[in-house]
Amino acid sequence: MKILKLVLIIFLIFPINALKADNEVLKNKITKNLRCLICQGQSVYDSDSEFANSLKIVVDNKINEGLSEKQIYSYFQSKYGEWILYDPLFNKNTYFLWLLPLLIFFIGGAIIFNKFIKKQK
Amino acid sequence: MKNKLLPLSITFIFIIIFIVFYKGLKDTNIYTPESKINNEIPSLMVDLFDTDKTVNTIEIFQSDKFYLLNIWSSWCVPCREEHPFLMELKNNDRLKVIGMNYKDTKNNAKNFLEELGNPYDQIIFDSKGTNAIEWGAYGVPESFLISNNKIIKKYIGPLNKASVEEIKSYIK
Repeated sequence: MKILKLVLIIFLIFPINALKADNEVLKNKITKNLRCLICQGQSVYDSDSEFANSLKIVVDNKINEGLSEKQIYSYFQSKYGEWILYDPLFNKNTYFLWLLPLLIFFIGGAIIFNKFIKKQK
Repeated sequence: MKNKLLPLSITFIFIIIFIVFYKGLKDTNIYTPESKINNEIPSLMVDLFDTDKTVNTIEIFQSDKFYLLNIWSSWCVPCREEHPFLMELKNNDRLKVIGMNYKDTKNNAKNFLEELGNPYDQIIFDSKGTNAIEWGAYGVPESFLISNNKIIKKYIGPLNKASVEEIKSYIK
């Protein structure tokens, strides 16, 4: 019986904590992918500047308002431009950036295939 | 055919890499924020400095006049430098200067205005600095020129003679 009670209590407490923890994890994840625009080489998460501290509060508010991670990124992008995001978006300016490694990988693979595997056969 | 394909693809890759790096070489790596923008002003509830009322920003910037939103703080040294320019702009009939008091205490802000004069038509009280973020600001001092609910120009850092002349040419 005691164990049952304990399990029940744990089950009752756990989802609430998990929810709060989830928000905190999400907030940390988002602020780590936002560049602190007035600092040198720091994310918003790392920085303790006035700008970063205010931005953290705004991220918190947006999460509580129910915005998704993507919506929050596009919100900040609309305010500060793409530079605030550490991960560059996939658009016509960045096709090359995203696709070049893949291209090189495939061409390299083709060369290896041609040179070694076909020869063995 | 087989033998030609290999050197051909290798040269192709090298040409691509060369072009990418060569273009990157000429790009500037100093980031400058865009100052000419055409964003709508954000619609959010803000606290007023004098009356403790909460109003929507749309209510503050409603008429067809030009507005200059100036973000300032009593602890900000460059704000003292730009203050005479704000006092000068206050006298212009076509422009209303709106202040946004950034991460400040009311007492200090009042002392600041008593000492240097109050150029502001209304003041928004932003104790947490979140309103400034919603406006897309970087810090203090910063000014936004607004017309028809749109931000037409952004001045990062203190205003100077040149920027005041520019503002005057905009509102002519």
